[in-house]
Parts: sequence; structure tokens; C-alpha cells
Amino acid sequence: MQRKSNILRNLDWIAVILYIMLVVMGWLNIYAAVLSDEHRNIFDFSQRYGKQMVWIGFAFLMAFTIVYSNDRIYPAFAYLFYGLIVLALLATLIFGRVVNASKSWIPIGSFGLQPAEFAKVATALALAKLMSGYGFKLSGLWSYVKVGLVLGFPVGIILMQNDTGSALVFGSLILVLYREGLPGWVLAFAAFLVLLFILTLIYNTSTLLIFLFVLTVFLFIFYTRRYKDAFRITLGAGGVSLLIYLVSVLFHLKVSLSVILLVPLVLSVLIGLIYAYANRLKIVYLLALFLLVTVGFSLSTDYVFERVLDVHHQKRINDLLGIENDPLGWGYNVNQSKIAIGSGGFWGKGYLSGTQTKFNFVPEQSTDFIFCTVGEEWGFLGSTVVVILIASFLLRLLKIAERQTEHFARIYGYGVVSILFFHAAINIGMTIGLVPVIGIPLPFFSYGGSSLWAFTIMVFILLKFDAERYGAY
Amino acid sequence: MAVKVESNKRLVVAVIIVAVFVIIIAKLFYIQVIDSSYKFSAANNVLRYITQYPARGLILDRNGFPMVTNKPVYDLLMVKKQVVPFDTLEFASLLGLTVDQVREAFVAAQKQKGYSPRKAVTLIKQIPPEYFARFQEKMYKFSGFEVQPRTVRSYTLPIAAHLFGYVGEVDDGTIKTEPYYQSGDYIGVSGLERSYEKELRGKKGIKIFMVDVHNRIKGSYEHGKFDSVAVPGKNLTSTIDARLQEYGEKLMQNKIGSIVAIEPKTGEVLAMISSPSYNPELLVGRDRATNFKLLQQDSLKPIFNRSIMALYPPGSTFKVVNALIGLQEGVLFPETRYSCYGGYTIGRGVGCHNHPSPVNLIQSIQVSCNTYYCHVFRNIIDKREFGSVENGFSVWKKHVESFGYGNKLNIDLPHELKGIVPSVAFYNKYFRKGGWNSLTIISLAIGQGELSVTPLQMANLVATIANKGYYVAPHVVKAIEGESIDSDYRQKHYTSIEPKYFDYIIEGMDLAVNGPPGSGSTARIAALPDVRICGKTGTAQNPHGADHSVFFAFAPKEDPKIAISVYVENAGFGATWAAPIASLMIEKYLKDTITRPDLERYILEAKLLDRRAKKK
Repeated sequence: MQRKSNILRNLDWIAVILYIMLVVMGWLNIYAAVLSDEHRNIFDFSQRYGKQMVWIGFAFLMAFTIVYSNDRIYPAFAYLFYGLIVLALLATLIFGRVVNASKSWIPIGSFGLQPAEFAKVATALALAKLMSGYGFKLSGLWSYVKVGLVLGFPVGIILMQNDTGSALVFGSLILVLYREGLPGWVLAFAAFLVLLFILTLIYNTSTLLIFLFVLTVFLFIFYTRRYKDAFRITLGAGGVSLLIYLVSVLFHLKVSLSVILLVPLVLSVLIGLIYAYANRLKIVYLLALFLLVTVGFSLSTDYVFERVLDVHHQKRINDLLGIENDPLGWGYNVNQSKIAIGSGGFWGKGYLSGTQTKFNFVPEQSTDFIFCTVGEEWGFLGSTVVVILIASFLLRLLKIAERQTEHFARIYGYGVVSILFFHAAINIGMTIGLVPVIGIPLPFFSYGGSSLWAFTIMVFILLKFDAERYGAY
Repeated sequence: MAVKVESNKRLVVAVIIVAVFVIIIAKLFYIQVIDSSYKFSAANNVLRYITQYPARGLILDRNGFPMVTNKPVYDLLMVKKQVVPFDTLEFASLLGLTVDQVREAFVAAQKQKGYSPRKAVTLIKQIPPEYFARFQEKMYKFSGFEVQPRTVRSYTLPIAAHLFGYVGEVDDGTIKTEPYYQSGDYIGVSGLERSYEKELRGKKGIKIFMVDVHNRIKGSYEHGKFDSVAVPGKNLTSTIDARLQEYGEKLMQNKIGSIVAIEPKTGEVLAMISSPSYNPELLVGRDRATNFKLLQQDSLKPIFNRSIMALYPPGSTFKVVNALIGLQEGVLFPETRYSCYGGYTIGRGVGCHNHPSPVNLIQSIQVSCNTYYCHVFRNIIDKREFGSVENGFSVWKKHVESFGYGNKLNIDLPHELKGIVPSVAFYNKYFRKGGWNSLTIISLAIGQGELSVTPLQMANLVATIANKGYYVAPHVVKAIEGESIDSDYRQKHYTSIEPKYFDYIIEGMDLAVNGPPGSGSTARIAALPDVRICGKTGTAQNPHGADHSVFFAFAPKEDPKIAISVYVENAGFGATWAAPIASLMIEKYLKDTITRPDLERYILEAKLLDRRAKKK
């Protein structure tokens, strides 16, 4: 008895209350999104709001179970859970049901489970188990290979299920690695590559080559303060470009602009390397490498974009970047979603008074696009409140994760924060046209048992660890 | 140190999280608060505006008899997205169409401007009720179709097609200039339908419904707060007497020409017949386009409203005008006598027919003496006080125009022509300045030459004589929705002739009809035993063939109730055809019975269509 009361007292109630608020708000919006004149009874289990009520009930039951059961099973059986989920993913790949072009459902009666949702929990646990292991240190190739393997299995299988969105979620775990020793510049460089990817799609190669060259020269000045040498190399590169251009004009040669720019660029890298060797400047080696990698990256982006990505991914990205405009085709979802949210105005149209969401203008409005209902009915005011609640919840979980004394718990906590953050940011971002459409749910809001249960389990395992951390001493 | 680095890392993660959500809130602020375009898009998404078409106003005759009413038809709309493949043959036969017509309609519907597979577009227009009733029973078989009730014109009697005009679909040009109209609206294209379009059309209403993404109606918007009801068009009370109009059209069958009858005191047009005519029903409904083409190609020009658009020489009827001008200018006196020996022999000369000679003014009208009027005309033009032919002609022209000749009378019908009264400038150009005199233009004395009038102007002239010097602009609508029309149609227009001179003319016209046998009266055929008709014949020479038979008259002499002009193209002497027709019309209007069945039969059986261009 004593222990039970301790557990309740030690539970982080701020996090719990935020969780409950989000779940309740989520249900209210599913009710608003699905509501029609024919179905008014909130306990109508043929409707999604009725079903979601049942899923919420089960979620609460799971939370209770986790809080009142032993927390040691998670570190102990982390790999087992992981193994089981990988098998489940494989099974889905073979026996699963196709929904929205993704084969990610295991049918159970008239319902279905999405193992990918639970794979996030299991992978976070496995990653925590690996990285909290005795003597594990995130340095050296071998440690990264191990991490890569743990992430690689589920990501690979989920990609094979054609559920790119869920696979991308695992990318968010880079935050966990950052916390546990991944150098900050890697994070920054990763962010830069994402930016570069977008820039390549918008601007032509020549512009980007000039941009990268200038950026490198600026970085050179920033680190070495050798203004004169920077000036010389710029002048030299410019001179070579001009020379090639003049020669090509003189001899009527058809030389593409990329070549005119690439030749001096490669020359600069070579000169840079000699320069670095002569002056014993380590930073210049790195800068030369940076230039080489980024140039190579931007040259290959178009290839990757066209060969590796599916047509619908290309279209969604192009639509977002304004390269293609097709509001009734590929852009339909986002366009309708923006119309719904935008029409909410500052105060919103009032609860249950939304017209866009109610009359099915927004596809997937109770699942991936549930935020439209929030935006339309509750307006900017309500949307901001919801966003702030989610952010507060994440920051609270971050605080909880950081205060864990146990490595396993802390790493796992960071995993939970990363995954929830990615889901929330990408989901809301896509409904308002900030990021391309990626079919992942908004945690606690979107209709669906699997995601609600997975997120609930994920959060409550962390809260259980947090509640038990006093007991460790 | 290590702890500090790690707490820094937590801070970095926290900053990333906060930064991302701040960006999201900023974007939300932009699309929800700053950019208002999404609100319009939302309204366009959800609201569907369904036009409520009003019924056009009715057109009644002067006694309140409804001549033009409305009948229901049904436009079939389709929402392409909701259409599932169906039995085209059954569909077509239910609607009374061929399968090909249905296929064409589908293709045409999808080519419409602003076509969207999610929107209801008109597929088949104006389905008659009898077909629609059959279709409606089977409509459950065809998904994706909707019905829009409309009304089209219905005519109680197959008469007065030119007067009423017809209703058609509004064209793109009109839509651009007049914002009231939208594609698919009806508009009056000619006749009264056109000139009273604003009164007849009523006001469209609108019903706003909320629809879902499949364009399915989900209920009315804001409980109909912004809906508006269609207001039916106003009813017009016409000046036309339906019985008289019908009788006139009957008399004019198998003849080309026109009858215009006016109530002299008010300017109200009692009947306006243009022959050949057509059944106005032909230009209603689905077959309108086909029928219109046929009518348009007809060599007898049935669509052409001769009453206000045909230009005829007035012929001998114009003599009364010259007589009045002569009296007014003091060059002619009632007792002035001229001898006639078969014509006026000076200059080119003008022939005359056989009649007692010499004649005074009244007799000159009674017997219609050409010679007499050549003298009168020359005396006017060459009056010494005027100083020159040009001045004399100008004075003459001014008098003529005061009768409403050479200008539009501004009847409330579209496309009225103003006729021709030649000018000094015209003759100066035609002959050269100084190259013409009263003899050169002597044809004008007997209403020939460069003079053209419409049958309406002729009727107006005889109304002016009946009124002894004034006319009220003729019009065909006397009241709109019970309220009488504007004062333009109540104003008296006085001629430049003093009223006292009209008595001589009236006496002459009386004798022309009611003179004793052997006195040379030209229109004795028109006489009625108990109604004193005053009339004047005309035989208008024209370049198109045999002479036009012309007659105008008013009756009763003591208190004129009807003034009438009759033109029968290429029919010969005025007395032969036009005079009996006018006489029968007057009898019909004043007595409502025909006491001379032989005369009536003589007119009804006359076929005068083949006399064109006989005289070459």
C-alpha cells in the first residue's frame, strides 16, 4: 500500500495533466470533424468519435498498468520487445492490409493495428539499452554502426511497407545521439544538408555553386582572418571562369555554365589543399572537404530526387516549394487544409461550427489533418493554445528526461521527446504548408488506436521511470 | 564541466523545440489573421448559390384578357462526378430526344464556360412538362442529375407575334455590360418582351445552400438569412384589343402588308398587324432555334414587323397633308377650283383618273384628283413670300414633319424606323444647287417620290386628322401592374396647322366614303350604314411590283374612336383591298359584328401573295 501511494505521489502530475488535456482536446476535435446531423450520440460506436472514446479508455488502462507494474522489465526485455516488433513488422509486410498505398496494417477483426507505431517505442527502448550499456561510448565507427543497425532494421522494413512518413520519424533520434555525444557540428551539418537539398530544388546548379564557393570563402575568413588570401583565391577563381568563358566564345565552343564554374572550383580546392599543407592550417583541409561534399551533394540531389523518391513525394515537395501548383491534384490536401485553418480567423468559427472540415473538404480530417478542425473552429487563439500545450508537454518531458539519473531512462526519455517532437512539428507543419505532406499522426489528437496507445505507452514508461527514480537511491 | 556541456545540450534541444513551434505559430498567425484569401476560398467551397428564376410578367389586352402567360418547363442539370453510366437509349426516349442528341448535349455541357465536374451544369434545356413527368418517374435510375424548374412563354391566341416579340437566352455581350444577367438567364429579344424587359423580367432570387465536397446539399445556409425570394415580373396591360388583332390577322391572311389601328384621343394602338405573321409559340421551347432559322429564311420575311419597319410611299393619302399646308400657308382656299383633263400637263406631267371636273378642295379629296394637288403643291413651294424654291421647300418640310413624318414616333417597341422626308440638301446633292424647282419634285404632291412612311405613321396621320390637329404618341402598353404609364404617352403633339382647316379635310374624307353614287367618291366600298367613316384611298406606286393598295380612315365622324391605316403590298387600287379591310376592322371594333359577310368572304378568300414584281 505504501508503495502505491508513493507511486501516485511521485508521478509527474504536470505531465499527466498535460497528457490528459491533449487527449481530451483531441477527442473533442475528432467529434467535431466527424459530426453530422445523422449521428449525434457521442456514444455511437459506429462513428469514429465513439470508437476513439473506446481507444482512449484502453489507453488510460495501459497507462495505469504501466504505472502499477514493475519498471525493470523495460531495460531487461528491451531487446526482446525490439525483436518481437521487428518480427511483427516483417509479418505485416507479408500479411498486412494496404491502406492509402501503405502496407502497414495488421487486421484484427474489423480493426487493424499498425506495428510501425509500436516500433517507435521498441526502438527507443532498444537504443536506450544499447547506449546505456557498460562501456558504450558514442565515439568511433563501431559505436555508430551499432546504432545504425538498431535503427536500420525497423526503418528498412517500414520503408518496404511504403510508409515513408513513419520511417522518417526515426531520423528524429539524431537528437538522442546529440545528447549522448554526437558533436554539435554534425547536427548543424545535417541541418545544412537539408537546407541545401531544398535550395537545390529551387535554384539552379550554377547559382548554388557560386553560393557554396562564397560561403566557404566567408568561413575561411571567419576562421583565419586572412583577408588578402581570400581575396586572391576569389579573384583567381573568377578570372579562370572568365577565361574559360572567353575561350569558349572565341572558339565557338559550347561549354555549359556548370563547367565554367566547376573547373575553377576544383582548382580552388586543389590550391586550398596545397595552401593548407604549406601553412599548416588544419581548418582549410576541413573547408576544402566541406566544399567538395556540399558541391557533390547538390550535384547529386537532382538525381536522388528523381530516381530515389516516389512521384508522390516529388510532387508534394514541389508543391510545397511552389515549383508546381496544382490545387486540385497533388496540392489538394494542403490547399484545402490551409483554407480550413485560414478561414478560422483569429477567434475561430466556434466549436462544431466549422464548415470546411464538417463537409469533408479536407481529406483525412480526423486522422492526419485533425489540426484543421482545431484551426477552423478554435481559430488562431485556440491553435496557439494547442501548440503551446504541446510545446509545454515536450519541454516538461525534456526536463523529466534530463533529470533521470539512470542512463537507460535518460536516453529513452530523449527518444520519447524526439519522436513526439517530430510527429507534432511535422504534422502541424504540413497542415499549414510549412513542410511537405508526410502521413504521420498528430500525437494524442489524431484518430486511431495504434498511435494513441503507442504514444501513451511511450510517455507512461518515461513517467514510470521518473516516478521510480527516488526508489533507486 | 561535463555536466555543464550536457545541460547546454538540453538547452539546445529545448531551443530547437521552441524555435520550431514559434515558426508554426507565426505561420498560423499569417494564414489565420493576416491573409484573408482563405476565408473567401472557404465560402466558395461550402456555399452553393441556386438561382430562383422568377416568372415573367403577363401581357394582357386592353380588356384584361391574358394574351401572354407562362408555362413550366424543366432544365436538366448534371453533376458529372456523380453521374454513373446509364441506359442512354431509355434516357433519351424519356426526354423525347435521340441518343445522338443526348450525346451531343453531354459534349456541349462539358464545353461550357466555367464547367466543373463537381458543379451542376445545364445539360438539357426546356423539357416540356409532359416529357418531364415521364422522366421524373424514372429519375431514380439516373444518378447525378438535378432539375431546375423554369418558365417559358405561352400564348393564349396565336396572334401578335411581332408585337410580343420573343424571349431568348442572354448572350455573352449583354452579360458583360449588364451585371444583372448571368449565363442561362432569359431576356426579351424583340417586341414588347424587349422594350419592357426590365418590368417583365422580375427579380431573380437566390437560395444559399451548404454543400459538402461532393456538392451534395447539406442544408440551408444560416437558416436562409441571406436567401432572397424571386419576385415575379410585372404584368403589362396592353392597348391592344385581342379580338380586333385576331380579326385583322385573319383578314390579312394570304396578303402582304400591315394594319395599324389607333384610338385617336389617347394614341393607344388597338391593333398592329404585320402580314405574313407567325405563331408566337414557334419561338418558345426546345425548337426555337430551328423554327427561327426557318422563319428567317422565308422569302416573305414573316419576322419583319412591317407596321413600324416597312417604308412605303404614302400615295394619295398624302394629299390631305398638302391640302392642310396649302390652307395654312394661304395659297389654297376651300373654294379654290382647278380643272382636270386627265392630268397635270406641265413639266413631266402627272396623270389622273376619270372624275367630274372642275373640283373644289373638298371634292378634290373625295375624288382624289392628282391635278388639283399639283397646283396646290406648286403654289406652296413657289409662294412669293418665301423668295426661293429652297425656302418654300423648307417651310413645306417643316409642316410635314409636324405630323410626325420623317421622325420616330417613339412607340414603345424596338426597331421603329423614322421614314424619309427629303431635305433641301438631298435635292441639292441629287440635282445640284439651283437645279431643281417645284416641278422637278412634283411627285411629292401626290405622295410619291422621295417620301417614305411607315404604316404606323400613316395611322398616326389619320388619328391627327380625327383629332383635328394633334396626336398622342402611339403606344402599345397602357399600364404596368395596374399603374398607368409615363406621361410621354399622354402629351398632345400639335401640328403646325390650325385646327379649323381640318374640317375641310374631314368633309372630303367623309364624301370619299359616303358620297352619292356617280359623284366620283373613291371609297364607297368602305361605307357602313350606321357608322360614318371618313377615309382616303391611296394607290402607291413602288419599284417592287404592282401598286400598293392603301387606305386610311377614322370613325365615327362625330366622335372618332378608331383611326386606321391599311397597306396591302402590290395589291392594286386602294379601294379594291385596303378600303374594305379597313371598313371591316372598323365595324368589328365598333359593332363587334360583321353585317357584310360577302365583303368579308371576298377579303378572306383573296390571295395576293403572287403579285410582287409583276410590273417591271
